[in-house]
Formats: sequence, structure tokens, C-alpha cells
Amino acid sequence: MPASSPASTGEMARIPGMKTQRNAELGLLAFAMVLVAAYGATVEASRIGEITPTFWVPAALLSILFLGLHVVVRFTAPYADPVIIPAVALINGLGVGFLRRLDIGDALSEKLPVPGIFAGIGGRQLAWTLISLILAAILLLVVRDHKIVSRYAYTLGLTGIVLVMIPAVLPGSISEVNGAKLWIRIGSFSIQPGEFAKIALVSFFAYYLVRKREVLSLASRRVLGIDLPRGRDLGPVVTVWLLSLLVLVFEKDLGTALLYFGLFIVTLYVATERASWLIIGLLLFFGGVYVAYLLGASVGGPFANFYDRAEVWLNPFDNANYERLGGSYQLVQGLLSLGTGGLFGTGPGAGSPRFVPEVQNDFIFAGMGEEIGLFGLSALLVLYLLIVERGLRSALAVRDSFGKLVAGGLSFTLGLQIFVILGGITGLIPLTGQTTPFLSSGGSSLMANWLLIAMLLRISNAARGPAASGGGSDRSGGPKKAPTQLHGAMTEVIKP
Amino acid sequence: MNAPLRRAGVVILVLFALLFANLNWVQAYKADDYRTNDYNRRVVVAQYERPRGIIEAGGTGVATNKVTDDALKYLRVYPRKEVYAPVLGYRPVGLAATGIENAENDFLSGESDKLFADRVKDMFTGNNTGGGNVLLTINTKAQEKAWKELVDNERGVDKGAAIAIDPRTGAVQAMVSMPSFDPNTLVTHDEKAASAAYSKLNKDPDQPLLNRATAETKPPGSVFKVIVSAAALQNGYTTETEIEAGREYRESGAVINNSEDEVCPGSQIDLKDALTTSCNTGYARLGVKLGRDKVFGAAKAFGFEDDQLTVGNLEGGGLPVAMSDTGKAANPDGGVDKGALAQSSLGQRDVRMTPLQGALIAATVANGGKQMRPYLVQKLTSPDLRTIYTADPKTLRTPINGQVAGDLKDMMVSVVENGTGKRARIDGMEVGGKTGTAQNAEGADPHGWFIGFAYNDKGDPVSAVCVMLENVPGGHASAEAARIAGLIMKAAAGQGGD
Repeated sequence: MPASSPASTGEMARIPGMKTQRNAELGLLAFAMVLVAAYGATVEASRIGEITPTFWVPAALLSILFLGLHVVVRFTAPYADPVIIPAVALINGLGVGFLRRLDIGDALSEKLPVPGIFAGIGGRQLAWTLISLILAAILLLVVRDHKIVSRYAYTLGLTGIVLVMIPAVLPGSISEVNGAKLWIRIGSFSIQPGEFAKIALVSFFAYYLVRKREVLSLASRRVLGIDLPRGRDLGPVVTVWLLSLLVLVFEKDLGTALLYFGLFIVTLYVATERASWLIIGLLLFFGGVYVAYLLGASVGGPFANFYDRAEVWLNPFDNANYERLGGSYQLVQGLLSLGTGGLFGTGPGAGSPRFVPEVQNDFIFAGMGEEIGLFGLSALLVLYLLIVERGLRSALAVRDSFGKLVAGGLSFTLGLQIFVILGGITGLIPLTGQTTPFLSSGGSSLMANWLLIAMLLRISNAARGPAASGGGSDRSGGPKKAPTQLHGAMTEVIKP
Repeated sequence: MNAPLRRAGVVILVLFALLFANLNWVQAYKADDYRTNDYNRRVVVAQYERPRGIIEAGGTGVATNKVTDDALKYLRVYPRKEVYAPVLGYRPVGLAATGIENAENDFLSGESDKLFADRVKDMFTGNNTGGGNVLLTINTKAQEKAWKELVDNERGVDKGAAIAIDPRTGAVQAMVSMPSFDPNTLVTHDEKAASAAYSKLNKDPDQPLLNRATAETKPPGSVFKVIVSAAALQNGYTTETEIEAGREYRESGAVINNSEDEVCPGSQIDLKDALTTSCNTGYARLGVKLGRDKVFGAAKAFGFEDDQLTVGNLEGGGLPVAMSDTGKAANPDGGVDKGALAQSSLGQRDVRMTPLQGALIAATVANGGKQMRPYLVQKLTSPDLRTIYTADPKTLRTPINGQVAGDLKDMMVSVVENGTGKRARIDGMEVGGKTGTAQNAEGADPHGWFIGFAYNDKGDPVSAVCVMLENVPGGHASAEAARIAGLIMKAAAGQGGD
């Protein structure tokens, strides 16, 4: 491509008078990084007893990374929502800070010197943040218009299903961790393919539903005042329902199943505007869950794990559940950690998070809860809510159906995942093995969720950008072949 | 599509509101529960940050601390291992303590209100002064003697208990239970090892964790005749009153014989001789003649049917004491089953008693009818050894008057001087008591009992004791118990016992 063309250098056309709010983003980002640095200083003061001269280094490194992303956004998505990146950056930064706090605590309890910035899980998380941000930047650079993604919808859909199914078919020695088969482990390296499947599946669903929405929403029979869809249109819903129940049974994980199913049902509902889909979906899911529970109680076998988890959830402080291997020990320790924190917490660095097993992964929220208290956790919840609602707002504002469904589906899935894991840790719902987005240690989750954020940024750019005046999206600078209308771009014929 | 998107947003809002509400429940409403929950390891670590108070007996530490270099700073050490285990119990990491370690936990850990001033001082000085110290009533010589004689008994018995009490105060001088356990294995900071040691002890069919002196009841056999005697003396009998005896007594299907043919074969015997020779037919008839209410009423007056008693601090708390019980001796319609009453009068049938209850009976007789509340904690001192509490002996109950007590004392002294309890005699001291041989199961060796008391040369009752040996082989089951009881009382009296 000619280098002189603004479209191909990545510089987006800016319309005078429209606010990009990139400077607001920069200011918020700086504020977030100051908080991260302050958190690091507090941790050192209470853990080591003094604030070391290098306390600011992790925050500074993170600042450089986020600044890099900010610059990429400035050039490739200037109209993107200015709040999303600072909010995610703050959570991500606090996550790195808490993981480093675990490293410092571990080293001191072993009477070792304070570990370096790049050592331990904190250092690794820093590296994962770098990789995640590079991936997010690449996505922003390559996908200049979110509608291109629809061209690869079937590939993405297939990839998503394969990613979901891989751990289920692999032997437990490779895929099973703490009773849930969600991983691919090779040596010390492990990934959770399901994390990436979210984005792929949302894209596929969005594409499928945009094409089918009229059929799904119009053809119906009325039964008991509810518009029921025709049997053949139920096919994909039933397929996904079966798929998520298979996940439930073979990956032994209710949370992931709930996530995929919720994702599909919500995109379906948004696409068709038909409440009947919601009702059918919820009935199918909770019916399936209840049957799985009953089967677990009577038959056992692959359902036993699920029954056990429900039992642990209902009676965590029961002595038999507490003592049993794979019982409520972790949940109880998490609750005790949260309770010990109380309203204000013990202060960063002053708690004992290591009493909670897996505090660096699934239970990071409980570990942080002891130190930052109810007030700190509420602030974190608000940050998460902010991200999800900003995503949904982009979905509302964006003009094309595909964009609406992708942004809505991704935002809702993110919110649902936060609900599933935090609800599990706090005893609101049965505990399932989900990572806490942007906080938990581990590359898969961080990379996948940053890619999700990049996708949201891309769509919010289209939503807030100048295209509003033109009604199309060609001006967004994407490749020339980007279709303006999905229907027109496809060769398939839709039969009502 | 915007309307459903907005609704999805509302759903997310609702879900987050649920999270927030639940977080309030966990971190605000339940916070105190969780902060002090037994499963909360932080509580444990905080407790181990300062040394736990010492438990002393006669100037020696029987529960002390050792500084470690692991996460828990102080290791609890029990230098006398099995000897004091039934009294002290043990204090494991992260689990509930037992024994005095449990009963005085607040004081030992320093969390008691009585040590509030010390905690406030800590806040200003930044020190971690330890918990308060507990001084036991235990007489170390009597305790060591009781343990040694119990485990080295001449009959090779492997289960039993002994307890000695100062009749004037109720202070426990010795309390041992066999088999016992080494509490050090249960308090090690290696929690897996501690847990393994516990399950091994817990599964042991001989029940080493059971304090047989307070927590186990067994049929007392002829020891119960002291109760029947008390009932008789309170109802117009004297030590010289002749009662019916004989070789055999049949009552409502129950057949009562004497232990040997030469015991009270005649038709009449006076009360004192009946106790001295442990005349079964005489006491069975006496019990039936007095009636169920009087016999069981006397037992209750001495402390049977009391399920509230604890032995520890006189202000409350301590080792729980199992309820001694006479049973009902009733027909299905509730009326008196005379056969059962005849057998109950000999401490058989459904009569069950703790060794502590046995010692209390002897102590009551020796103390002129006043039963003092038994206790183990003599004194509590702050970390800087200020005295915070000193035991003030309390009368628990007065089942008999001085007259009856005097008569009972004469009869029990006669048992040791002329009758079945001769092996309990101590040179230079007046000793009284009563033996008991209790049948328990078909084909099993009987339990041997002895309850008794000893007076010093000034005429003060210095010790009351109960020794119980389970399933003693070789006949005369109570003789070995009597011998051990004598040695324990001698040790208790020798150690500055006035």
C-alpha cells in the first residue's frame, strides 16, 4: 500500500469538532497508575517494613505498556471509549501489585531477600501484561473495522467449539486441575483454551443470528401467550444447549457451561427481541442443571463432581464437607479471608492471603478482600461494572447489527464471568473454576480478556466515531472490501 | 435491538447488585463470625505470637513452651507426657483444646478479661507478654505415685484410673488414667503428623484419650454398700443394728450369694460387720427393706444423677464429669423391681459410677458429711506473677450429718483394719475405705474398686482416694486397688499435707 495514504499509515481521519476524549483517557490512565504505585508502596511499607527506593518501578513499567496501547488507540481508534482502558489498566495493575505482594510475602516467610521486580508470579504477570497488550494492539491494527470479522465467522465458530471441546476429550492428566477439565497442560506451561473460545463464539453467534434473526423472530406459534419458535429453528439452540451440558458433565464445570449458554441466549435474545428465547433457554439450562444434580445424587459417575460442588456450596462449614478432599476447605478459607478483612481491610500487605489455596488464581478476590476490605472490593466491583456498562453502551450506540451483537455479547459475557467467579468465591452460587478477569495470575485469561477489550474498543470507536453522520462505516479506514451490509456480502441464500 | 440490550444491561446491574449485597453479608454482617472462626488460621497464628501461660503443679511446669523458628512461634511442651495428660489435656494447632488447656484457654492465651490490663500495657510497650499462668492443686508426688503404681500394678491390668482429693477442700491431689497418651505428639506444629497421631489414638480400642477418672462410669460393686449404709444410718439404724443375712437371698428372680461361703453365713449380722466383711445377702436385704427411694435418694444426695459437675476452676468451667447413675430398678409398669433393687444395693445391675464420684463419697465421710466441690485450679497468676485468683473451697452438698458421717467412718475404718480392705493400711495413719468387685460382662474378669480416706496423726483427713482397675484377673479384684490407694494416700499425706 502507498505509504502516503493516511488510511494505510494507520492514521484515522478525524472530524473537527468531534471529541475523541483521548486526553481524558491519558489523564485517567495516569491517575490509575498513581494508585497502582501507591498500592505497591503500601504493600512494601507493611510487608517489608520500609518503602524501598524501587517501589515505583512496576507501576512505571505498567505505565509505559499502557501508554503504548494508548498511543495505538490514538492512531487506530481515536473515538474509542476513554474510560475502558484506564479502568482495565487499574484492575490489571492492582492484580500485578497483589501478585508481587504474594511474592514478597512468600520470600520473607522463607527468610529470603525481597524478590526482584521480574521474579515470581508478579514478574510473570508483568510479562503476560506486555504480551496481552501487544496482542490487543495487533488486533486494533489489523482489524480496522469490526465487520471484517464476520467474514471469518464460520472459521471462528469452528475454532471456538474446538477450543471448548479440547480439554474435554484430552485425558485428565493433561487437562484436569482441581477437578475441572479446562486446561491444556504441557510441562509447566498451561493454557485455558475456553478463555479464547468466548470471543470466537460470540463472533460466530453474532454472524449467525444477524442472518437468521428474521426467521427466528418472525416464524412462531403462540402457546400459552408465549411465541414459541418453530422446531427446526430451535436446532442451533438445542445444539449449544447440549454442548454446554456436555461441557458441564465432561469438563465438570458449571461456570463455563453457564457462561457459554448465557452468551448464546443473550445474543439470541438481543437479535430476535423475543423473550420466549430467554424463557426457553433458562428453563433448559436450569432444568439441565437440576437433572445433573439429581443424577449426581443418585447415579454419581460423571455427575458426582457437580453434586459434590452443590453440596459444598450449601453447607461449606459442615465438618465433613470441610475435611473432605476437594471439599469446602478452599471456599471456607476464602470466606474467612473476606470476613477477616471486614469493612476496611487489614491494609495492603498486612493480611495473610496464603491461607487461601490458589489465592493467586481463582481466589485472588478473596485474598485481596482481606487487605482492602469491603470498601476496596466494592470499588473493584464498580470498576468491573463500569467496563461492562461501557461495553454495552457501545453496543447500543453502534449502528450495525453485527457490531451490536458482538459488543453486547462480549460485554455481557464479561459481566457474567465476573458474576460467576465472584459469586462462587463469596458463596452466592456454587463455586466453579473461572479466572477473575484481569486480576488472576495466568496468561490465557489476561490475553483473552485484553483481546476482548480491544474488540470492544474497536466497536466503540465505530459507535462514537464520525460514521454517525454518514450512516456507513467505510470511512473508518478499513480495507476497501469490507462489506457495508452483511447480507449483501454473503453468497448464501436465506430461506425464511 | 436496543431494547433487549438495555435489558441485558439491567440484568448485569442486578447481578452486580447481588454480588454487592452478598459481599456486605460476608464482610460486614458475618465478619466477626469469620474472623474468630475455628477454621480461621489467622486466629491460630496470632495466638502463637505470644507465649501461652505455664501450667504448674507443685512448683514444676507441667505445660510449658519452647521457642521455635517456624511460622508458629511457640511450641507447647508437656514434660511429664502421659502422667498429666488426663488433667492437662492438650492444645493442638488450629483445633479445640481439651482438659485444663481448654477450660482455662482464655486465661492461658491471655485473652481473658482478667488480663485486660496486661493487654493494654502490651499495646503501649509493643511487647507480646504471654498469657496467664495456672497453678494446679495436683500434688506431684501423689500424681507420680498414682501413675507409677497404676501402670506397674501387680495384676497386669492395662486399664484403670485413680483420683485423690483433699477431703477438707475438694482440691484434687492426683488424677491419672490408664492407658494415657503423650500430648506432645498432638501439639506438634507438623499438623499432618499431629492429625495422624490423633486418629491413631482415637481408633485405639483401649481409648487412651478417655479420662477414666471423670468421663467413664463403671458398676461400682460393693463400694455402693457405703451409700446403702448411709441410707440405713439416716433411717434409725446404728452400726450395731442387726440385719438379716445368710448364705443366699432370693428376691423376685434375683439370686444373691456372698463372694465366699465364710462371709456372713449366719442369719443375723450387725451393720458394721456386714460392711467389714462385705456381706452381699445382708446389704441386698437391707436395700430392699429400706426401699428404692431411700437407697437411691441417698445416692443422689452423694452426687449421683448430677450431670452438671465440672472439675477445674471453682468459678466455673473445667473437665466435664460423666453422670453417675443408679438406674431405675423398675418393673415395666414403673413399680419397684425388688430383684433389681437387691442387685442395685450391691452396686450391680444398672448402677454406674465415675472414680471421681467414688472419691467424693469417701471424702464426704472423712470430712464429717460435708462434700466439698472438687477443683483442679488452685491459683491464677498474671504473666508478671501477680496473683489474680486463688481458689476458695466451696461446699458442694451435705448429704449426711456429722453423726452419720462418724458412724460411717468407724465402719469404713473397720473395713481396712479387719475386713476386705487390709491392703490399704498405712503405718502411722488411720485409714478407712471400702472395696468393690464388680461383675460386668459374661466371662469377663471383674473390675476392682477401692474408695478410702486417711487421717494424719493430728486427726485431720488429709486424703480421700478412689482407685478403679478394669477387668482384674486372678480373683480378689479389689485387693490390688486397695494397695494402690494406700500408697497414693501416703504420698499425698507425706507431701506437706498438714
